Amino acid sequence: MLAWTIYISFLAALLLLLLPKNNAAAARLLALLAAIAGFAVALTAFIHHRTGELLTIARIPWIPSLGIEYHLAADGISLCLVLLTGIVAIAGILFSWNIQHRTKEFFAFYLLLIGSVYGVFLSYDLFLLFVFYEIVIIPKYFLIAIWGSTRKEYGAMKLALYSFVGSAMVLVGLIAAYVASGLHTMSLTGLAQAHFSQHFQLMAFPLVFVGFAILAGLWPFHTWAPTGHVAAPTVASMLLAGVVMKLGAYGCLRIAMTLFPLGLSPWGFHILGFGSWRDVFAILAIIGIVYGASVALVQKDFKFVIGYSSVSHMGFILLGLMTLNQIGLSGAIIQMVSHGILAGLLFATVGRMVYDRTHTRDLKTLGPMNLNKAIPFAAITFVIAGMASMGLPGFSGFVAELMILIGAWRTFPILALCVGLGILIGIVYVWRAMQKAFFAEPTHTSTVAHHEANGHHASEALPPITLPERLGAILLIATSVTIGIYPQILLKLIVPAFNSPLFDGIRRGSWQ
Amino acid sequence: MTYTHLLRLALPEVIIVITSVIVLGVDLFILRGSTIKARFTAASLIATLGCAAAIFDLVYAPQQAILLNGVFLSTPLINTVQIILLALSILTLLLSSESTFTDHVGEFVTLILFATIGMMFLVATQDLLILFLSLELLSLSLYILTAFNKHSPRSSEAALKYFLFGAMSAAFLLFGFSLFYGLANSTSFTQIAAAIQASPLNPLVIIAIVTTLVGFGFKVAAVPFHFWAPDVYQAAPIPAATLIASSSKVASFFIFFEFMAIALNGTSGAASWHPFASGLHFAAGWTPVLALIAAASMILGNLVAIRQTSVRRLLAYSAIAHAGYMLLAIVAHTPQSLSALVYYVTTYALTTIGAFAIVGVVEQQTSSDDLSSFNGLSRRAPILSACLFVFMLSLAGIPPLAGFFGKFFLFVAVVSTPGLVWLVILAIAGSAVSLFYYLQVLKRAYVTNPDDDTPFRTPPFTQLIIVLLAASVILFGCVPNLLIH
Repeated sequence: MLAWTIYISFLAALLLLLLPKNNAAAARLLALLAAIAGFAVALTAFIHHRTGELLTIARIPWIPSLGIEYHLAADGISLCLVLLTGIVAIAGILFSWNIQHRTKEFFAFYLLLIGSVYGVFLSYDLFLLFVFYEIVIIPKYFLIAIWGSTRKEYGAMKLALYSFVGSAMVLVGLIAAYVASGLHTMSLTGLAQAHFSQHFQLMAFPLVFVGFAILAGLWPFHTWAPTGHVAAPTVASMLLAGVVMKLGAYGCLRIAMTLFPLGLSPWGFHILGFGSWRDVFAILAIIGIVYGASVALVQKDFKFVIGYSSVSHMGFILLGLMTLNQIGLSGAIIQMVSHGILAGLLFATVGRMVYDRTHTRDLKTLGPMNLNKAIPFAAITFVIAGMASMGLPGFSGFVAELMILIGAWRTFPILALCVGLGILIGIVYVWRAMQKAFFAEPTHTSTVAHHEANGHHASEALPPITLPERLGAILLIATSVTIGIYPQILLKLIVPAFNSPLFDGIRRGSWQ
Repeated sequence: MTYTHLLRLALPEVIIVITSVIVLGVDLFILRGSTIKARFTAASLIATLGCAAAIFDLVYAPQQAILLNGVFLSTPLINTVQIILLALSILTLLLSSESTFTDHVGEFVTLILFATIGMMFLVATQDLLILFLSLELLSLSLYILTAFNKHSPRSSEAALKYFLFGAMSAAFLLFGFSLFYGLANSTSFTQIAAAIQASPLNPLVIIAIVTTLVGFGFKVAAVPFHFWAPDVYQAAPIPAATLIASSSKVASFFIFFEFMAIALNGTSGAASWHPFASGLHFAAGWTPVLALIAAASMILGNLVAIRQTSVRRLLAYSAIAHAGYMLLAIVAHTPQSLSALVYYVTTYALTTIGAFAIVGVVEQQTSSDDLSSFNGLSRRAPILSACLFVFMLSLAGIPPLAGFFGKFFLFVAVVSTPGLVWLVILAIAGSAVSLFYYLQVLKRAYVTNPDDDTPFRTPPFTQLIIVLLAASVILFGCVPNLLIH
């Protein structure tokens, strides 16, 4: 049943291509229906999921000569992320209601992307997972290159090449694992019990982990993220930050850490204070958190602020993975969901609500436009999203970051303090952007008065926030608040999933 | 063993020979006065029927035989490869059925058939003499086909370049073969293998191996013997370029593999790299040489392709890179890598035929194969550009298209041979680079706005074939089992 999330998206993408030309309204409607259907399927499975169960959806031989199967399954972790994809997909279509240029193709690429993302989250055969993972790259490229803005072709190509290089590293690792295991299988559960030698795992782990982490925005391989986000049309940024970066983090957990748990074990010697890959990646994650936040602090372009904040928040996920304890890992998953929702909301506010109306993202120019009066809904949305992303209690971000911090405190106490610094900077950059873009104080010099007159004029001309935008924003905010108030709704799926035999290797490593 | 028996064994080849005579005759005596287009259609249809009959014979009455120490073989594997070759020739013929570039229609189609016969004998032998003869039959046909567009001086120039390089490489090949013959007193692969086993690497054998590698390297356009490829790909008439890029690759790679794996198995040496144990470890033999050739082809092909503005030249350099990947299978020379190679080269050939067919249509409409001619193709010819999308991404190795599975099988087969991981890493890095230039083409088609908006007038039949090719690329991708036996 859950497999229909994939099929519906692909089928709708095909149908869209067959629609008659210039029928934008029908294309939008069809896309929205497909997204809602996908979400409904995901939600049904989410509700009916029995705790700790591994739900096998389909398992048929695909390429028997290599032992490759078409194996779709879902545990609690996959389900949470599938649900996230469903929500972001609906919100994305609501926020792209105003796409006029080549609408049909836009939504076809969009649904192709969504379908493949579902595919990645549901695959239990590594080969199948990789197939879906690579399909994602192509619609991503075209969404940005055709419908994007600032330096779109550069941003799109950079993103495509970074992703492809990452997946090339993953492919090397997968082939090596396949051959080294000698089990003649690509099944996740099969290879997870292959007991690779420690030597092999120490080499394969960083390769596959970095391969996936490139897409998760691991510092210093994050540079595609800000340029890509800024070049992308609003919806593509939402998807990129909302679900595509999660694919990377998911791959890190599902493949790199599950297959090669010994890759995290100590090397037996120390270089510059690093004793294992775990130390290395934890430090990189923390650098990402602090660096992303600091750079976001000085940006002039509104969208770059959000772009770098994504890098910072993704750092939390990677740090959570490296804690290797239950609370940290669960926090990482919740942060994936939470950041997916919040980044989507932030990008939607900046890209759709503000930029599409004012045609500028320069914080200096936006200030005098008096946006909190002109489009109050956008201002309110941004305040809420900003608070949530700072980690205010009551929102999903708080739960996630708190859990990750506790997890990190148990393993890396000193480093956890640095994370605190990152959170502090996070509060500052959100305040700064909020204040500059929406609540700039009116000044009294003549030049600025002139500006203000212009701004006032412009603000009168700003079209009001449309219904689809309101619906989309409400959907995302509601989700974030739900998780924030009642995190158990996700935790009761995630925690049992981490107790499954699949994660034996990690548990044996350092579960206390 | 009687002659009728022999003819029965070689019935598919005989059918093609007869077909070529019929094509010549019909074109000469019956269709003299018709338009060029009608003549092309008729000739390629007859030729297609002939190839189809040969396929029919191979499928329904397969023969098993090994004649005269491997002068002529007929095994299930060889029959499969021959069927693939014939199918590729049919596709080439069908796509050329609407050409108008020459009025020597009968000769053109006949030469395509001759090349096909050469390829069929080429893959069905394990004997130096027949190998050389059929390779020359193939090559000579291809030289003439390249020069066939007499209105274009560049076509003649490319053909001359192709011929000079080819003749030289044939000389190298023959020289190497004569040394092998001197060593083994026989032209059979197995006898040579036995002789080499008895007296391993002496200078004579080394010279023979090197000259043979030069000869084969030229045929498959591997670096540093690739100089002819870009010019030929760019200037040859589309059907000729298609044939060179597709079925001729299949046949050459197959026999290259057979020769290396059977005749020279005893001197393979090693090209393994153990990063922590002993570093790059080359044991004397031909695999290290071939490994370096493959590495050079992958690197140079992919890097130079980035700079190309002519799509045909871009395909040529991509072909050089792909030749590098395929050489890995020969470096590994295991049974597993042979089947991976056959899968890879077949799907690659299908993809290339499709890509060239699209280039052909674009050239017809805009009279140039420059990247800028592809501007806005998605709005001028949506179906065509959708197919281009499939072909380019398959060449780049994006799943779930056939090109990805080809690469995957190949890499798995090569990694299974100990010590060759470094080549696979290089190959995967190369294919990451290659996405850049394939996307350049697609960017033109989908992102850039067209210079003028007039829709293409694509011949419906050509379009049908292209769509079928794209469908087969997707199909072999989603259900790769169809081709793996």
